[in-house]
Amino acid sequence: MTATHYNDKVVRQFAIMTVVWGIVGMLVGVLIAAQLLWPDLLPPYSFLSFARLRPLHTNAVIFAFGGSALFATSYYIVQRTCHTRLFLDKLAAFTFWGWQAVILLAAITLPLGMTTSKEYAELEWPIDILIAVVWVAYAIVFFGTIALRKVKHIYVANWFFAAYIITIAVLHIVNSLAIPVTLTKSYSVYPGVVDAMVQWWYGHNAVGFFLTAAFLGMMYYFVPKQAGRPVYSYRLSVVHFWALISTYMWAGPHHLHYTTLPDWAQSLGMVFSLILLAPSWGGMINGMMTLSGAWHKLRTDPILKFMIVSLSFYGMSTFEGPMMSIKTVNSLSHYTDWTIGHVHSGALGWVAMVSIGTMYALIPKLYGREQMYSVKLIDVHFWTTTVGVVLYITSMWIAGVMQGLMWRATNADGTLTYAFIESIKSTYPYYAVRLAGGTLVFAGMLLMAWNVWKTIAGRTTTADSPVVQPA
Amino acid sequence: MDIGTVRGLITAALFIAFLALVFWAYSKRRKADFDELARMPLEDDPPVKDSGSKTP
Repeated sequence: MTATHYNDKVVRQFAIMTVVWGIVGMLVGVLIAAQLLWPDLLPPYSFLSFARLRPLHTNAVIFAFGGSALFATSYYIVQRTCHTRLFLDKLAAFTFWGWQAVILLAAITLPLGMTTSKEYAELEWPIDILIAVVWVAYAIVFFGTIALRKVKHIYVANWFFAAYIITIAVLHIVNSLAIPVTLTKSYSVYPGVVDAMVQWWYGHNAVGFFLTAAFLGMMYYFVPKQAGRPVYSYRLSVVHFWALISTYMWAGPHHLHYTTLPDWAQSLGMVFSLILLAPSWGGMINGMMTLSGAWHKLRTDPILKFMIVSLSFYGMSTFEGPMMSIKTVNSLSHYTDWTIGHVHSGALGWVAMVSIGTMYALIPKLYGREQMYSVKLIDVHFWTTTVGVVLYITSMWIAGVMQGLMWRATNADGTLTYAFIESIKSTYPYYAVRLAGGTLVFAGMLLMAWNVWKTIAGRTTTADSPVVQPA
Repeated sequence: MDIGTVRGLITAALFIAFLALVFWAYSKRRKADFDELARMPLEDDPPVKDSGSKTP
């Protein structure tokens, strides 16, 4: 294929794998939610135990599902907004196969118990090296395409993707620095509390750049596109971009409140987390207001419903996050299921819903169809997901606050009112509600798979779209 | 220079940089450009033709 056409093949591959890994990652999520309710559901002390499956779930949904969605949309958007074909087809193909190899290696090593024990960075050093190589290739393809652009300006979505690609490279390499002992075991180069701080500098910026900035890039292209309206305020997008990326970098210490991390660092993390509310809501408001003049479309377009509700969850979780970073609130919420609820409000409500909506908009285009096979089914998927996410987060809110209150309750003589096991016992009903919510979300993904299958069946050889000349 | 003074100056410089960014982004001179850029996602795609039949 010549440079007169976009490279849609790699976009198609990543888009399809987004659906596949979404199903796999969420199935593991449902399994571990069931394990918390029925601890002996799967053989304990095996590769199916909660401790082995939990990192598999997080890696699968964040890096396999979310990552594939980001590769697909960043490659699609950068070509369309730069009016040029992707730089170096073979390298782009390498990022696809390399990323899939990383995911498969994760799916093998994590259940086998090979782990660095760093949250969201559990993979051992040989896989970390592969990730770094794939990521550098990704950066070359992306920035090479930007360099080849036929228009003067770099569209705001590409700024968000650029920040995400650069920052994830830095975070991954710095946090993964380790001394290998064997092929499958390594130890971090950082000692004690420094290790903890580096880990949560990484961890929170994985949230800030992988799960936020990059998905805002997706939002800044597909929401205007789907609404048929220009971005509400382009200048707001510029201001909140710079504010967001320079503030996120400092918020990590809020994961380490009341630990041996120096107090000033904890307070710094808290203050920056509070400031983060402003640039986060800048993005939410800009996305939502893009619909002004087109609100009626929400009645008929389930894809827009996915996108706008995802922005609502984004606004909600970026209000909740700064609130939870306040030390006194954190003393109640930390280590409870409130945190799990907060994460899923962002991960399911924002990240998954904006990705699902985007895939429903993108996949028919990639296969030369006007729309998905069944628009009605998208609407059903929207409602199962929305109800599922609401059940999930409300049950975890109640469970979390209850746990926090029970753990801190003391009798007049200073002894603890409740044994830890009593708080677990009281949490069971909420674990059941959470499992129901998660199952609904998972069932929605199965509907999506069937809808996608019917949309693309027999169209695997669809031609790439021609490059559009800039106006 | 005292380290505290250096930190204070860096904070002030970053704050001024932020204000400069806001004034630049919201200046009247940028408005026409930005209005055009806001339409970028809408003007890059030819209407998709549904061929109706499956590819052989």
